[in-house]
Amino acid sequence: MSETKLIGNVSRRTILKGSAATTGAALIGGTFPMHFIKNAHAQTFRGDPGSAASVKLGFNVPQTGPYADEGADELRAYQLAVKHINGEGDGGMLNTIKPLELKGNGILGKKVEFVTGDTQTKSDAARASAKRMIEKDNVAMVTGGSSSGVAIAVQGLCQEMGVIFMAGLTHSNDTTGKDKKRYGFRHFFNAYMSGQAIAPVLLDEYGNERRAYHLTADYTWGWTQEESIKAATENIGWETVNTVRTPVGAGDFSQYITPVLNSGADVLILNHYGKDMVNSLTQAVQFGLRDKQVNGKNFEIVVPLYSRLMAQGAGEAAKGILGTTNWHWSLTDAGSQAFVKSFGQEYGFPPSQAAHTCYVQTLLYANACEMAGTFAPWEVIKQLEGFEFDGAGNGPTLYRAEDHQCFKDVLVVRGKENPQSNFDLLEVVKNVPRAQVEYPADMFGGELGPYQV
Amino acid sequence: MDAIFLQILNGLDKGGAYALIALGLTLVFGTLGVVNFAHGAIFMMGAFCAVTLEKLLTLSVKVKDESVTFFDAYKETPYLELWFGDTGTAIIDWSVPLSIILAIPVMLLIGIVMERSLIRYFYKRPHAEQILVTFGLAIVLQELVKATFGANPIPQGAPDIVSGSAAVGAIFGLGEAVVYPWWRLIYLAFSLVTIGLVFSFLHFTTYGMVVRAGMADRETVELLGINIERRFTIVFGIAAVVAGLAGVMYTPVLPPDYHLGMDFLVLSFVVVVVGGMGSLPGAVAAGFLLGILQSFSSMTEVKDIFPGIDQIIIYLVAVVILLTRPRGLLGRRGVMES
Repeated sequence: MSETKLIGNVSRRTILKGSAATTGAALIGGTFPMHFIKNAHAQTFRGDPGSAASVKLGFNVPQTGPYADEGADELRAYQLAVKHINGEGDGGMLNTIKPLELKGNGILGKKVEFVTGDTQTKSDAARASAKRMIEKDNVAMVTGGSSSGVAIAVQGLCQEMGVIFMAGLTHSNDTTGKDKKRYGFRHFFNAYMSGQAIAPVLLDEYGNERRAYHLTADYTWGWTQEESIKAATENIGWETVNTVRTPVGAGDFSQYITPVLNSGADVLILNHYGKDMVNSLTQAVQFGLRDKQVNGKNFEIVVPLYSRLMAQGAGEAAKGILGTTNWHWSLTDAGSQAFVKSFGQEYGFPPSQAAHTCYVQTLLYANACEMAGTFAPWEVIKQLEGFEFDGAGNGPTLYRAEDHQCFKDVLVVRGKENPQSNFDLLEVVKNVPRAQVEYPADMFGGELGPYQV
Repeated sequence: MDAIFLQILNGLDKGGAYALIALGLTLVFGTLGVVNFAHGAIFMMGAFCAVTLEKLLTLSVKVKDESVTFFDAYKETPYLELWFGDTGTAIIDWSVPLSIILAIPVMLLIGIVMERSLIRYFYKRPHAEQILVTFGLAIVLQELVKATFGANPIPQGAPDIVSGSAAVGAIFGLGEAVVYPWWRLIYLAFSLVTIGLVFSFLHFTTYGMVVRAGMADRETVELLGINIERRFTIVFGIAAVVAGLAGVMYTPVLPPDYHLGMDFLVLSFVVVVVGGMGSLPGAVAAGFLLGILQSFSSMTEVKDIFPGIDQIIIYLVAVVILLTRPRGLLGRRGVMES
């Protein structure tokens, strides 16, 4: 009777308490099957396509503003990369990059789709656009570029949100230096490499007794380029007369150029890019700098970071000017040829260096996912870190694990005096081997941060 | 001394551009009472008149470069060179000055169409609405230009004969290193002549006198039976021509792109405000003053003492002048004060 009573007194609350205690004990013991927790063995991450048939990538490029043309070219390259990854078109560099696990059936069997955003070449707009892609569109990776300020801002956001950022055109040492991030990767070269590549050519062409005057765009990229080029040229015996910072988008640089005339300098180094470079170079030539004789030598102008689009903008003024680029469409290796062919047939003109780096970055990310067998960013990161490959247009290339910077050959180019065609604006003076532009991973400081955020 | 001389020239040159744009702005404001934020875009459209003419003059026969197989690379020879030889080359070389002939009717037309089709509906609306609609118009115009010509700057060369530098140092007894580009000197002279012509038109012609009377007291002039509105429309057109020609002549100095107008617009408004809203001599004086101050503040010697001063000097001066003379340098009582 008493036993019956006992059973009869067991309330629903008592049973719940009991089962909760049992579950808790089992969980602590770690022996209880956890079949009631969804995806219990997989850690969740942003951009996970889950069981969807497609995966989305976010292309965040300047579609308006001063770099809109470059942004448009980057977007063309991204679209071409998506085509090739999905098995459409002629495959481009899928046929030349080695090793490569991409099979032309998307990434891990999922078709690649993409969303685009407009950075407006402004850090805040770029971050807002990247955030929208990550939160609303659930992209697995963000990529894009054309300004180091923007790249560093977006890279920081991607680290916070745990989404991989494959940088497009960004040349500041800081991107993979003091501002490097575990989730950020750069294929493009940097200012230090430009300095190391161009200095021996400058020595050959202009000698070791030169006095240089720097005009520098007043933001992260300009500062690091000035620092790198100054160090490299002083290394070959040049003296630095002055370094002057100019506001970005100054338009008229005359008030900065006239002091050069009386400075005793015989070389002007323009640490400017895009529209600023077009304007400052054009105006420097108008002020007769290239016709000048100083210290018994011809006055020279150097543009450390060059591009075909900029040479086009500067027109006549760009002829004979030395600089460096990451890549040029006239390269004859199999990878470059395959890419130029695909791009040329698709769009009717050759790709820019910005297009090249964006295309390669997309393929490298896709390949790393294939190698990892998952989209989980920390696994993909591990595949990219230390990845060595060839056939992407710059010779054997290493994605250095310690700072996520690619190391490869760099081109020294010159504005062509007698172009054979409308795209034939730069000639490659020297293909500088990778060994000459390498540097210790800790040289620019910075911390990569954690794999999982 | 050499450096100071060069910076004065730079300042005058910059000031010339500011004054020309500000002149048109203040003219429109003084006559129509419209705050025209599309004025910078008109300057840009002028620059693109030069680009358009150059593109027309260099229409070319294209010979395909057979060594390039993946896309159509071609070498271009302009028809003008093929047909007229050296004369053709010379015409192309002079395309920027020749653009003036094209720009005058085109800009006048653009100005009149803009005023008749849009601006006139905003005469009696608040200034805030005028700013919104003209700013919107500016964006539309620059996007149209971007869609047509792309976002990259398009270089325009000055004629060969004036593409080098003048040895101004030798003329003024300064060092030999003191040189200044011929085209910038021409631009300065062009600004002074244009400013002189606009003033002469307003002061020494009956038409100009009526316009000035209309600016001072519109109602009375209308009561006298004069169709002042039509004259103001013409004034809007003239302001567009002045800004347009300033744009044409500026192209060899700064390769134009679609954003050129916006780069100048804000500065020009500061010039107008510093000079005094509605005051033509004020706009010209403030244009040159701010141009020279901006040049001097960029000198290394000055920047060493006040880092970054070159980027804020114009706004700093504007603040000081507005604090001490709230109506600007030569502003009139009652303008924008109702």
